[in-house]
Amino acid sequence: MDTDTYEDDFRSRAREAVLAAVRGLVLALVMLPVTLLCLTLTLVSLELLPVGLGFLLTPWILGGLRDYANTRRRLAEEWCGVRIPVAYRPVPQGAGPWTRTLTMLRDPQTWRDVRWLLVDMTAGFVTALLPALVLFFPFQGLLLPAGLWRAYVSGPADTYWYAFVPVTGQATAFLAAALAAAVLVFAHRFAPRLLTAHFRLTRAVLGGEQGELVERVRVLTETRQDAVDTSAAELRRIERDLHDGAQARLVAMGMDLGTIEMLVERDAAQAKRLLAQARRNSAEALEELRDLVRGIHPPVLAERGLGDAVRALALRLPPVTEVSVELAGRVEAPVESAAYFAVSEVLTNAVKHSGADRIWIDVHHDDGRLRITVTDNGRGGAAVGPGSGLAGIERRLGTFDGVLAVSSPAGGPTMVTVEIPCVLS
Amino acid sequence: MRVVLAEDLFLLRDGLVRMLEAYGFEIAAAVGTGPELARALAGSGPDVAVVDVRLPPTHTDEGLQCALAARRERPGLPVLVLSQHVEQLYARELLADGDGGIGYLLKDRVFDTDQFVDAVRRVAAGGTAMDPQVIQQLLARRSAGDRALGRLTPREREVLELMAQGRSNAGIAAQLGVTERAIAKHTSNIFGKLGLEVSDDDNRRVLAVLAHLDRDR
Repeated sequence: MDTDTYEDDFRSRAREAVLAAVRGLVLALVMLPVTLLCLTLTLVSLELLPVGLGFLLTPWILGGLRDYANTRRRLAEEWCGVRIPVAYRPVPQGAGPWTRTLTMLRDPQTWRDVRWLLVDMTAGFVTALLPALVLFFPFQGLLLPAGLWRAYVSGPADTYWYAFVPVTGQATAFLAAALAAAVLVFAHRFAPRLLTAHFRLTRAVLGGEQGELVERVRVLTETRQDAVDTSAAELRRIERDLHDGAQARLVAMGMDLGTIEMLVERDAAQAKRLLAQARRNSAEALEELRDLVRGIHPPVLAERGLGDAVRALALRLPPVTEVSVELAGRVEAPVESAAYFAVSEVLTNAVKHSGADRIWIDVHHDDGRLRITVTDNGRGGAAVGPGSGLAGIERRLGTFDGVLAVSSPAGGPTMVTVEIPCVLS
Repeated sequence: MRVVLAEDLFLLRDGLVRMLEAYGFEIAAAVGTGPELARALAGSGPDVAVVDVRLPPTHTDEGLQCALAARRERPGLPVLVLSQHVEQLYARELLADGDGGIGYLLKDRVFDTDQFVDAVRRVAAGGTAMDPQVIQQLLARRSAGDRALGRLTPREREVLELMAQGRSNAGIAAQLGVTERAIAKHTSNIFGKLGLEVSDDDNRRVLAVLAHLDRDR
């Protein structure tokens, strides 16, 4: 039983070693010409940029280079489980050759690709060839003592160097065979690792700003978690509000109407009382639904967009509030909603805690960022600490890569700035 | 009295048509979209238009914009705007030209058919019908820190609310179940306390109240 598993283990390792050797050979021999071709074409197309033709060729050739690099990325993952992140900046759809070329040339990943081509045809080539070398080279050495040495050594003064072993006769041929056996054992154990080393090298050159990416992924994971948590809590709140509010009232109304149906002839006065109650219930159900809608997506926001929604918000505040809005279009719907609720919460905070009697709100968009400033003349001292309302806003803005800045010295004034990257439509 | 009606939900439009007809109005046109409303207002020369704020094709504030545009064409054209929600912002835009003949009500107000029809008639006659919600918001905001409003008795506040909604003294008297003379006394007290000029014109009276509530803005 034990020997069986040992044998299985041995065989599968041998299979892996051979596979790694063959794959390495393919990488080295098939890919080398492609790499050379890519490099040549890229250099040629870059050379042609000054004469204009390059602008037609470059996007096309760089596109091909990307495909090629992506193929290698895929092989790295499929063959050795080495993940190489893809980080090309998107090329705008339907852009002209000029923009396409510039976008691609400005992408640091393009230059990493070119650098990788250089590495791939030198160090990459060698590392890809290694597994095959260590696996196939020993076979010749093993054949030397069987008589092959005679083919290389014609006279007593003649020496054939097998690696670092000088073969001059039968005895040294056995020595060479011993070395070959050692190399073979090494290959059997380590050929797949050598191939992995090749792909690690590729990743080191092609992968680029790993640290930055890892950080970005961490932030995205975190904000996504927050977004999921918030929306789940929101759904639970909506469900509960509907269940306890409007739904219950409609049920009560239905029961009242049933009773009225029965009473209407027997006791008209009582029926009338119940009718009034049913009407009250329906009005209150509507009132609750209205509040619910306001909490999900405020009607003015849907109808007029962020500017007027903030103005409408300001009209409902007790302190005198000045609003200035500079928006050349509508903000994307999710950002609009997030910004609105952030402002709404900041204002609630200001009214509740600052003791201000004047508030200024400034909404504007430039440089691809929506910037909203809420300033009050209150007593100040607001802080973004854990558990504060401002921290909650900050977390929700995080989903959109938005940030919140608070300046609130004791004694006031307080200035809260919300900034979200977005485009206007 | 000829009415143009704009409401995109068929059930509500149908209900409004039946209700208004039952009260003796003549429906000149009942439409469901903004462009249709614009055509109906230009073509049929109605005595009053009852308009939903949100209409297709944009499903934003197309109805409101249509009504405002029609009033620029024909100043004083009586328009009663209905909405699922009321916003001071919209109320201001409607009242901005000071021409009267303006109403802005929550859709729920049709539950009380008598009062709703009364509002339609008031608007058609050049008066005003503001939703109690708008007025309450205004009062709630102003009363914080406004000494003049603080000096009003609860009864006077009630009368002020109804007055700001656009009701005449007779209307307020009927609503509160007291004599018109008593209301006249309340109103003169209110005008005195708030420092407003007394006026017989219902519409001016509302604008004066609203202007006072809106001061410092």
